[in-house]
Amino acid sequence: MDAREQLISKARVRGWEPLVWLLAFALPWLMPSHALIVNEVAIVALFAVSLDLVLGYTGIVSLGHAAFLGFGAYAAALFAKHVVPDPLLGLLFGTVCATALGAVCSLTILRGTDLTRLMVTLGMALILLELANKLDWLTGGSDGLQGVVMGPVLGRFEFDLYGQTAAWYSLSVLLILFGLARRWAHSPWGATLMAVRDNPLRAMAIGIPVHNRLAVVYTVAAALAGAAGALMAQTTGFASLDVFALERSADVVLMLVIGGVGWLYGGVLGAVVFKLMHDVISGITPQYWTFWIGLFLVVLVMVGRERLIRPWLWFGRAADAKGAVADAKGGAL
Amino acid sequence: MLTLLFDGIAYGMLLFILAVGLSVTMGLMNFINLAHGAFAMAGGYLTVVLMQRWDLPFLWCLPVAFAGTALLGALLERTLYRHMYSKPHLDQVLFSIGLAFMSVASMDYFMGSQQQIMQLPEWLRGRTELGYGDNVVLGMGHYRLFIIAVCAALTVGLQFILAKTRFGSRLRASVDDARVAAGLGIPVNLIFAATFAVGSGLAGLGGALGAEVLGLDPTFPLKFMVYFLIVVAVGGTSSITGPLWAALLLGIADVAGKYYMPKLGSFIVYSLMIAILIWRPQGLFVRKGGR
Repeated sequence: MDAREQLISKARVRGWEPLVWLLAFALPWLMPSHALIVNEVAIVALFAVSLDLVLGYTGIVSLGHAAFLGFGAYAAALFAKHVVPDPLLGLLFGTVCATALGAVCSLTILRGTDLTRLMVTLGMALILLELANKLDWLTGGSDGLQGVVMGPVLGRFEFDLYGQTAAWYSLSVLLILFGLARRWAHSPWGATLMAVRDNPLRAMAIGIPVHNRLAVVYTVAAALAGAAGALMAQTTGFASLDVFALERSADVVLMLVIGGVGWLYGGVLGAVVFKLMHDVISGITPQYWTFWIGLFLVVLVMVGRERLIRPWLWFGRAADAKGAVADAKGGAL
Repeated sequence: MLTLLFDGIAYGMLLFILAVGLSVTMGLMNFINLAHGAFAMAGGYLTVVLMQRWDLPFLWCLPVAFAGTALLGALLERTLYRHMYSKPHLDQVLFSIGLAFMSVASMDYFMGSQQQIMQLPEWLRGRTELGYGDNVVLGMGHYRLFIIAVCAALTVGLQFILAKTRFGSRLRASVDDARVAAGLGIPVNLIFAATFAVGSGLAGLGGALGAEVLGLDPTFPLKFMVYFLIVVAVGGTSSITGPLWAALLLGIADVAGKYYMPKLGSFIVYSLMIAILIWRPQGLFVRKGGR
């Protein structure tokens, strides 16, 4: 198979994909009492997909992705409160604001080591957290931004108490943006991102403008995260300081690692698994659930993700295991 | 004005002691350890428990905090951290933040989520003020004076070990290039384990000293993780003077910023860090050559 065919075959829509999406859209209708969770999962899935573009496809370790989520959330909430309560316009406004922020922030991640990038991204989220906390005349400070009333979607579908409209709204936005991201990541342009991730020096040598790629992918990812934030603010009618918190950035990295990096469905899958896990564990021990998340992270890294989801690799010789891992990776690509 | 500077220096010295272990381990093994604050917290809680339950005098608690956390560090290094060195940075970040989460939740479970209060001995409680009559030029809390003295002594000691002893020269060689150092017969792994233990011990000592100034509750590792990382990222990882200046700068900027512009809070510190890192991505004080 030559390189061109390989690229095309990756971009092809698999048979199971429409089924998964149909199931997702049917869920709020099948289980109306769980519509709120479906809505939450759809939003964090969008957030995780956004991080996947940065972390999985381009290899930028970011611990401050919540900056864009929070910025989009506050922008959308303020827009609804002070300008127009229309959800789609608000979504657009939140996304545009986060995109602008992403474009500015992308200048900060062009140079430096992993540590520098980690610190700069983390610092950005912390700065926004401080700002949102201190500008209390605008954001409500630590009380959060309350009293956001949303109008009906498309002027027709009111947000209901059980969250069915919210779930369908978020799922639709997720589907559209996911489709665009998928198309984009699988284009030749997206392939250059992976080249940059694997070896920036060589990528530069074959004529890929590395800084340009980093800046653009970071900006696009910020836009997606901002959209997720806007959805969150709109469907909950609330924006609070914890959208900027470190835990949120760490959680989304965890989701991505659970689902698999460098694979857009990894973000979606990770979001589903993480939310279910969160629900179950915090149902058992609401106060100490971070302990189990921490333990899970440690075990995940110690054992290795491949071996955790394919336990049969434990038995069999090391060489076989390595071969199987390589196969699995090849298959995933 | 001078009082602010004094408080800033005390705070900076404390941050330096807390972060120096992180800086050396990061320079040595290129390992991003976000759980460093957990060792500091362990030292702090050890001191509180020893003082409250067993009535040990404060001065005795400090060496115990150092030894206890150093032991803990050595144990964790041998069992867990050792496997992480060759992994990609993402894995290291996940692993160590997992450890930090676990430490936060278990401290919460065992000690409760409230702030711990430290009973300082009588002779450390007072405050000396210098000035003309009512016009106070410099007010020095005795405890802060004590912190500066201890940390300065430790800094001089560390610098001496690093510059003059055989262990120090081996350590510096390993930081510059671990592979070549190993090729020359330097036991890099052993040196790393020892350094990790000492670094954790220093963090524990810093946590014990800082419990009164910084406050001690189970969220300590996450709350101060950012500060440690700023010290390391700004100061660079190739020497201990870099982190020292970075820590002092951070301490003074933080204290002064919170005093003059309380509305902005930590905003100044973070902005300063980002500006510095954009200007000098490898840190402010980097030795030429090396890696």
